[in-house]
Amino acid sequence: MSILVDKNTRVICQGITGSAGAFHTRQMVEYGTKMVAGVTPGKGGEKFDGIPVFDTVEQAIKETGANASVIYVPAPFAGDAVMEAVDAGLELIVCITEGIPTLDMVKVKRYMEGKPSRLIGPNCPGIITPGECKIGIMPGYIHKPGPIGVVSRSGTLTYEVVWQCTSRGLGQSTCIGIGGDPVLGTGFVELLEMFENDPKTEAIVLIGEIGGTAEEEAAEFIKSHVTKPVVSFICGLTAPKGKRMGHAGAIIAGGKGTAQQKIDALRAAGVSVTESPADIGRTVARVMGS
Amino acid sequence: MLIHEYQAKELLRAYEVPVSPGKAAFTPEEAVEAAKEMGGDRWAVKAQIHAGGRGKGGGIKLAKTVDEVRQFASQMLGMKLITHQTGPEGKTVRRLLIERAAQIKKEYYVSMVLDRRLARPVVMVSAEGGVDIEEVAARSPEKIFKEAIDPAVGLQAYQTRKLAFALGIDKSLVRSFCSVLCSLYRLFITKDCSLVEINPLIVNGEGEIVALDAKVNFDDNATYRHPDIAELRDIEEEDPIEARAKESGLSYVRLDGNIGCMVNGAGLAMSTLDIIQHYGAMPANFLDVGGGASTEAVTEAFKLILADKRVKAVLVNIFGGIMKCDVIANGILGALKEVEMKVPLVVRLEGTNVELGRRILEESGLSLITADGMADAAQKVVGASRS
Repeated sequence: MSILVDKNTRVICQGITGSAGAFHTRQMVEYGTKMVAGVTPGKGGEKFDGIPVFDTVEQAIKETGANASVIYVPAPFAGDAVMEAVDAGLELIVCITEGIPTLDMVKVKRYMEGKPSRLIGPNCPGIITPGECKIGIMPGYIHKPGPIGVVSRSGTLTYEVVWQCTSRGLGQSTCIGIGGDPVLGTGFVELLEMFENDPKTEAIVLIGEIGGTAEEEAAEFIKSHVTKPVVSFICGLTAPKGKRMGHAGAIIAGGKGTAQQKIDALRAAGVSVTESPADIGRTVARVMGS
Repeated sequence: MLIHEYQAKELLRAYEVPVSPGKAAFTPEEAVEAAKEMGGDRWAVKAQIHAGGRGKGGGIKLAKTVDEVRQFASQMLGMKLITHQTGPEGKTVRRLLIERAAQIKKEYYVSMVLDRRLARPVVMVSAEGGVDIEEVAARSPEKIFKEAIDPAVGLQAYQTRKLAFALGIDKSLVRSFCSVLCSLYRLFITKDCSLVEINPLIVNGEGEIVALDAKVNFDDNATYRHPDIAELRDIEEEDPIEARAKESGLSYVRLDGNIGCMVNGAGLAMSTLDIIQHYGAMPANFLDVGGGASTEAVTEAFKLILADKRVKAVLVNIFGGIMKCDVIANGILGALKEVEMKVPLVVRLEGTNVELGRRILEESGLSLITADGMADAAQKVVGASRS
């Protein structure tokens, strides 16, 4: 078991003929992901490494029975690509693209209300169920199948955490980068719930960072709904204040958003929060009793 | 992206928000000229820097004569203005806004911002105008009123009325107050703003609603579709190294310490700063070389770090994903062909093509300290910075 993706997931790549889409499609195929189609408007009928390319997502699904998409479309067109995938009814949409205008994502979120599709990202490394399905840009070889669920707002810091676990012989059920943007498709809480309900996952690692209140909401949820051990690290404890965040944003959050508040909230919910990013693997090993 | 108050007010005018007559000035002569041209008997001389809290720092003065305009303008231009938002080093004043002074009968706070949790724009208002709104939020949050906006239909008239009545706005002014809020929303959406704030929005001596101050920030991801907004950028307001980094597509933030850092990915970069401080030293910078940087960009990144004279040791912490370790190694060697490395260098490489990257550095004969894992790397660089 795992969450969201497994060996049966049939994936299309939106933007398969662009440089990032082409490179990572090959990487995903090499990992064993079932890449069944690509979509590039105007290139329908062509093939990419033997994978059929379609003009629209709708055609790609009709011809191949795909149920998930990974998007590498450039930022100005990425919001539109997500909405096309939602309209075509895909269950899972993973948007890797970085730099999408925030108000485009506000529109996308509004468009998705009441529709069954789930979006991961944007501006994220993607999702991987080790040994079965890799949708995204993470280096596959650092992962191994096992009982740890990983959910993170970061990319490379997730690799760091996964590597620390794998080096200790602790494999992963599924690892998800939810993305670093202010407006995201899926948050911590929904994924924590899935990990809690996944029989294969025995412990959860949650990697957060400064800004917003997603970690505080996660802490609230963990307190009342998560029985599995949770290990966490929050980066940005020493980051300078106000470099990225506007002042009024902090007002809405009611003064929340600092690393210390997030750490306090998670600790109060019984989460093992590490002080140093180098201690995450060791702490996971401790809660797993190994 | 940030812009100056006078630029923000130009935008507000274009969106039909009433603003006092005013003009930008770069010299005392221009300031005097501006005051004479707009007439009146009192003028505000306002320093234009990308930071708030200017009044308390001596960056806003009220002139009662044209001679005083000249005097204040001469004093302010070129001065280092220090406010709670500039940091202790302050910011040099290079531009002024000369404005006809208004009589203030009442002050309000109004702003438009994104609520991350709701993923919707929110309009916020308060009758506690003219003061630090963060203090109001902390002290008496019940005095701030908000309306979330459905992006499918936009800000509705009833929402603006609700806010006007919540603030107890004089009946004769409700219509113009509501129209200001609608203008802010149009500006926010049309120009991809991340913040539009008027603090204070006043009722002046003539009983009219006027924006006395204005702050407009933009989403950097969207400036590509607003060339008119991109032109408003004032590069002199930015840290020179940060501006240089931006040109090369690097994300750099100057910090107070002496350990230079080059990392890939924002999360790993932030946690590298954390672990350096965990071991008792301070980083000189945050530098994320990004996911798919070229050898040239890595070279530029490394040169940026070495250009900082405070740096006593350098830590390279790379977890290759899309970024390949050999690209990092070649980038470092490229930089060292152009600039001399006078401080110790600690390198931690992991991930894609790690063996190749390590071999390139080894065979170069470069004197460096290799590290295994983040803790080891941080301890070594902290030690090296003190030797």
